Amino acid sequence: MRLRSEIGVPEIRFEKRLKPPRWLGPATPPIAVIVALAIGALVLWASGRDAVDIYQRMARSAFTNPGAFSNTLIAATPLLLTGLAAAVTFRMKVWNIGADGQLMIGAVLAAAAGTFFGGRSLAAVMALMILAGIVGGCLWASIAALLRVYLNTNEVLTTLMLNYIAPLILFYLIFNSTSYWRDLSTQSARVFPQAKTLAEDAFWPTYGAAAAVPFGFLLGVVLALALYFVVRNTRFGFQMRVSADSPEAARYAGISTGRLLILVMLLSGALAGIAGASQIGDVSHRLEPKNLQLATFGYTGIAVAALVRYHPIGIVVSAILVGALNNAGFNLQGPDLPLGLIGVNQGIILMLVAASEVTARYRLVIGRRARRGDRAPPPEQATLEPGASPEQGTSDGTDERPRQDARPGEDS
Amino acid sequence: MTAAGTATQDQDRHTVSARGITKAFPGVTANDGVDFDADRGEVHALLGENGSGKTTLCKILTGLYRPDAGDVLVGGNPVNFRSPADAYDAGIFMVHQHFSLVSSMTVAENVVLGWQRHKGRGFNRRQVEDEVARAAERFDMPVDPRAVISRLSVGERQRVEILKAFYRGARTLILDEPTSVLTPQEAEQLFVSLRRMATEGEAVVFISHKLDEVSALCDRVTVLRQGRVSGSADLRSERVDARGLARMMVGRDIAFARRSRSAPVAEGDPALELRYVSALDADGTTALHNVTLSVRPGEILGVAGVAGNGQVALGEVIGGLRKRTAGEVRLRGEPLPPGNPRAASDRGLAYVPEDRIGTGLAPGLTVADNCVLKSFRQRQLGRGPFLVKSRILARTRRLLEAFNVKGTSESLVRQLSGGNAQKVLLAREISSAPQVLVVATPTRGLDVSAMESIRGLLLEAAAAGTAILLISEDLGEILDLADRIAVISRGRIQGVLDADGADPEQVGVLMMGGSLEDAGASSL
Ligand SMILES: Nc1ncnc2c1ncn2[C@@H]1O[C@H](COP(=O)(O)OP(=O)(O)OP(=O)(O)O)[C@@H](O)[C@H]1O
Ligand SMILES: [Mg+2]
Repeated sequence: MRLRSEIGVPEIRFEKRLKPPRWLGPATPPIAVIVALAIGALVLWASGRDAVDIYQRMARSAFTNPGAFSNTLIAATPLLLTGLAAAVTFRMKVWNIGADGQLMIGAVLAAAAGTFFGGRSLAAVMALMILAGIVGGCLWASIAALLRVYLNTNEVLTTLMLNYIAPLILFYLIFNSTSYWRDLSTQSARVFPQAKTLAEDAFWPTYGAAAAVPFGFLLGVVLALALYFVVRNTRFGFQMRVSADSPEAARYAGISTGRLLILVMLLSGALAGIAGASQIGDVSHRLEPKNLQLATFGYTGIAVAALVRYHPIGIVVSAILVGALNNAGFNLQGPDLPLGLIGVNQGIILMLVAASEVTARYRLVIGRRARRGDRAPPPEQATLEPGASPEQGTSDGTDERPRQDARPGEDS
Repeated sequence: MTAAGTATQDQDRHTVSARGITKAFPGVTANDGVDFDADRGEVHALLGENGSGKTTLCKILTGLYRPDAGDVLVGGNPVNFRSPADAYDAGIFMVHQHFSLVSSMTVAENVVLGWQRHKGRGFNRRQVEDEVARAAERFDMPVDPRAVISRLSVGERQRVEILKAFYRGARTLILDEPTSVLTPQEAEQLFVSLRRMATEGEAVVFISHKLDEVSALCDRVTVLRQGRVSGSADLRSERVDARGLARMMVGRDIAFARRSRSAPVAEGDPALELRYVSALDADGTTALHNVTLSVRPGEILGVAGVAGNGQVALGEVIGGLRKRTAGEVRLRGEPLPPGNPRAASDRGLAYVPEDRIGTGLAPGLTVADNCVLKSFRQRQLGRGPFLVKSRILARTRRLLEAFNVKGTSESLVRQLSGGNAQKVLLAREISSAPQVLVVATPTRGLDVSAMESIRGLLLEAAAAGTAILLISEDLGEILDLADRIAVISRGRIQGVLDADGADPEQVGVLMMGGSLEDAGASSL
């Protein structure tokens, strides 16, 4: 006979909430951010810094300083687009983690288009660059998609491997060859390899007076809205929703799941490729292999999408949040504030937002015994733990609450 | 006897009780002031039409849902279950229709899985196996504790679920439509075990739409109607037969439609034809072997057989969900490409698969989406690449009304009661005006009046010229509805009989794998 208390281990477990309060879903991410800031403040104070001051500086350098919000949007743009790229496939349980590579190949082709067609009207150059980005992203994504559909290879592995190959191509083009992309016009450029720069009249425009909103960001917002609409209101989106919910039902309904998977991967690759084009057109104006490799936009985009459970409109918000954090972190780092500490704070925020999703559906129970009837349990059972049984909560598929996998078809 | 004395006696008798339980979901009150007692030593049936709140009540009793009002009492004291684990602690277990077993593990492993009594002490396999074997013997439920779940039949898996409950100290066992997935033999065995449990003083709550079973097995019945208790009877003191129970449930007599034998025998070329069709199961064993069948327009061909003899594969091969390894399927004279559900449905095949939720229906989508699951490509539902919501809703409303579905077009299918989900599926398939209709166990999980109307609709469809392949484990249903009966056993067609004058005994011989000569009938 061993009671739990004799062993001295308090019992901790998660219990599915029988009825999550309605307000809890939308309210959790903001609450999580506030809690995370509080925890981050403790960390800052513990390391002997003035948290209030640092937070004020963060807010200023992310939002209110002149030009700060523009920089936040510039940081948010690739995350918005790669976030959408991740959401499109992840919702369908196709794990395309290759947005990083797709973005790079998109950037390669967009840079070529930008330099090759430079001199025409800006609209034409932009359209061609975007098109080139789409082609590049699709090309890279199609490799994994075809391998998955025809050879049944795991897309996680293939897209990951392709993420390693893409920067090698970039490096080869700029550092190890005299390719079309390489600038060979001056002596110094021949010694210190660098890429051709776009003609100034091919730079993508910004809009707005108070803050310069980059064109890529606007494009991302339009695409997010379009995606939301397509999934809800088109026959193609209907097929996506059915497949996401139940692949077997999709097959039964005559939906060609292989074809759909390829289309969705291409859509995802196209979005990532547009992110690549925007990096060239909005930001760097030439191919910068090192920066693109270090930025890991594709991976951060996955986090951005997961934070809002793959809801396209939500991704706009979370991309701005993460963009602001990156932007502020970049500005704040200095002798008094090491980059690592900024990273810790960012990590706390992202982790808590992600974890808050669980708390919305589950409740943490510590040390509480189940309330029971007064019926004396049979002696051999007096010591039993309440078992977390496998059927708990999943019973027969009729959950009390509609599933909350953010589905663009629902407001979650 | 004093009043207090009676009260304590009552408390001793009831294992779990509901007092004034009310539970509302958006748009429906699933339970409305329900009083219910499960007593020691009884098998207590819970009856009611589809969507009357039976499952909801049981989920409240086992801590899966929390009531809006009212109390759950255990031993006379109110309890507040916050999770199924709390209900386990109080000895109340529910066996759901979808079992929660890990199929790669053994029976004994499944029984202790997640049960923390063994936590930190390792898992004494031998001891658990012994205990499981003892419980199996006690309730007359033979099962090998060392067997791997994936090799067990549905009936055996159900036994494992029940043994799991008793191993964990169940005093009240709730079974939600346990027999809908069992063969008649398995159901008989289950009844013996349930009676044994009652004799041993445990309480059994039994939900079923099969009223014969209820009348034969149960001690008491409580009838729910639109969430309220609308009647109850003590079958120990007054025998009530299936008809009487049906009257209690729906307030009128139920008359099942039958095929009129005077109808002219269907003529013409077969609308559906299978020639020497073979197919495999997922594990590579033979599912179908050289199956040859044909159904003419306006004809109902019943496929009778013991569950698990290839019926699922038969439906899937015709519906295009499973590839055939040999043979040919022809729809209205034209060969069907294998493994292509879309080609089949484009050529006028409607198909109600065995697996409803997950194959026939997408559970996480709305009823409206599910009503157009196959027809979303139709021009009249949209404009170009766009779907027009109002048109989908109009069609959905029509289907819900015609099939008397309790639920709104915006409900998710997973929120519907079992029978109502089934009705959505039948509504979509039958009303698509198919040339050929393949239905697997169409009335499983339906209440008596829904059963009555679905049978009527199948006959109407046949009268209108649809060729119907009726795959069912309910021989009575096949005898009532079919023109001819094909008997399937181990994936082979043992013989095809004229339903007119078919003798259930003969069919039984064929079902067990005998030949027509053994059965002494003349082949067609
Ligand atoms: N999780 C849920 N969300 C919303 N509505 C629900 C939910 N569960 C049940 N309902 C509704 O409550 C009503 C009662 O459902 P319940 O499953 O208890 O019926 P039932 O008596 O078991 O029916 P059946 O015989 O068809 O299984 C139905 O109208 C159903 O749509
Ligand atoms: Mg039910």
